[in-house]
Amino acid sequence: MKDFQYHKATTVQEALHFLSQYGAEGKIIAGGQSLLILMRQGLVAPEHVIDIKGVKELDYIRFDEKEGLFIGATTTHRSIEKSLLLREKYEVLVQMERKLATIQTRNWGTIGGNLCHADPAGDPAPVLIALGADLKLGKERGERKVSLEEFSVDYYETVLEEDEMLLEIQVPVPPARTATVYEKFTIIDSDMAIVSVAASITAGDDGGCKGARIVLGGAAPVPMRARKAEEMLVGEKLKDELLEEVGRAAAEESEPISDIHASEEYKRELIRVLTKRMVRRAWEKAIQR
Amino acid sequence: MEKLPLRITVNGQPYELCVKPKTLLVEVIRDHLGLTGTKRGCNSGACGACTVLVNGVSVKSCSVLALQVDGAEILTVEGLAQGEKLHPLQKAFLDEGAYQCGFCTPGMLMSAKALLDENPKPTREEIREGIHGNLCRCTGYNSIVRAIAAVAEGKYEEGE
Repeated sequence: MKDFQYHKATTVQEALHFLSQYGAEGKIIAGGQSLLILMRQGLVAPEHVIDIKGVKELDYIRFDEKEGLFIGATTTHRSIEKSLLLREKYEVLVQMERKLATIQTRNWGTIGGNLCHADPAGDPAPVLIALGADLKLGKERGERKVSLEEFSVDYYETVLEEDEMLLEIQVPVPPARTATVYEKFTIIDSDMAIVSVAASITAGDDGGCKGARIVLGGAAPVPMRARKAEEMLVGEKLKDELLEEVGRAAAEESEPISDIHASEEYKRELIRVLTKRMVRRAWEKAIQR
Repeated sequence: MEKLPLRITVNGQPYELCVKPKTLLVEVIRDHLGLTGTKRGCNSGACGACTVLVNGVSVKSCSVLALQVDGAEILTVEGLAQGEKLHPLQKAFLDEGAYQCGFCTPGMLMSAKALLDENPKPTREEIREGIHGNLCRCTGYNSIVRAIAAVAEGKYEEGE
């Protein structure tokens, strides 16, 4: 690993100050569970590393019946997995975390670090996008809010500016009769996803689909909404033929590439099947609420 | 590159040293402190052989910068036994033959310790989940699960 200068921040203000000074040649490290691997491989070689793991003011999970859910950027995966509040209000996040890497990684790795690493096969982003999450970003001269859907711009690239950092993940209260589910396809349990699908369905009084969000992981350079598939669902009733068509549409609009894990063709087939399954699962759960 | 001070407590013993910022926790434990019980396996966060406890929670010491644990309490496999007296998990691993080459054993023990500290009566399934982050390439996992279960079932508790 290449040498670097190390700056430990204990407050957000301190971290933002370091960023304003060293952001251009620097990287933020939180848990470092993704970053250190890249640094060891020489894929990333920052001159300055700004450590925010000890920024305690960003380590929180808060919920408000009106405003929704707020998760600080340095909250660990394990805290999310173990949160009784989340188990009750956003169970899909807990289920997703239980299959994210290993306990040791979840103990040290943070939700903010995972999102900023912007691996299109990461688990949290598809689920959080399906839940309609926004991100609060900060720099010394103020804050801004971006939709998580627009946060990733390419493989491992985000809209974050050099002197900017992720502060908080904000998840709205889901509409009534909404259910969100997620599954990834892996060869070994808890591995990185070959592809993954998150689906969020809002059911109307008649059991029809009032709203749908389908998010594909590992299917494009960024986590992507399967918008054509979503549009086919709204206003419709749950039927096998419809789900077949929706699965096909998602597979068609996805943009997977062949790699050592699977061919493009195989990934599309997985997307088709998983989309069908996730939409059905979410829809059936939503109807029961 | 300028070295920075690092203060840590390892197995109850406080240490003060100076390290380069890029030094990993596993390097401090093995190369600086000479505690070679902790193994460097894949060196990329996949195998779990380097698992140690930081303030009571398990981490892969190959994937943590040493400076990030400044001020922390570290427990390595050397900290399990008390003098000549083995930790119940170590006894159980011996009795169940839960190792062959032994390379994964320190990491397995630390993951098992973390599991039982948090959940003293895990089910077999929870034990399997508890050691999910640790790879064994020879013995297989059944004997390891049996050993952890034996401790959880109280077989190694000592009477008054």
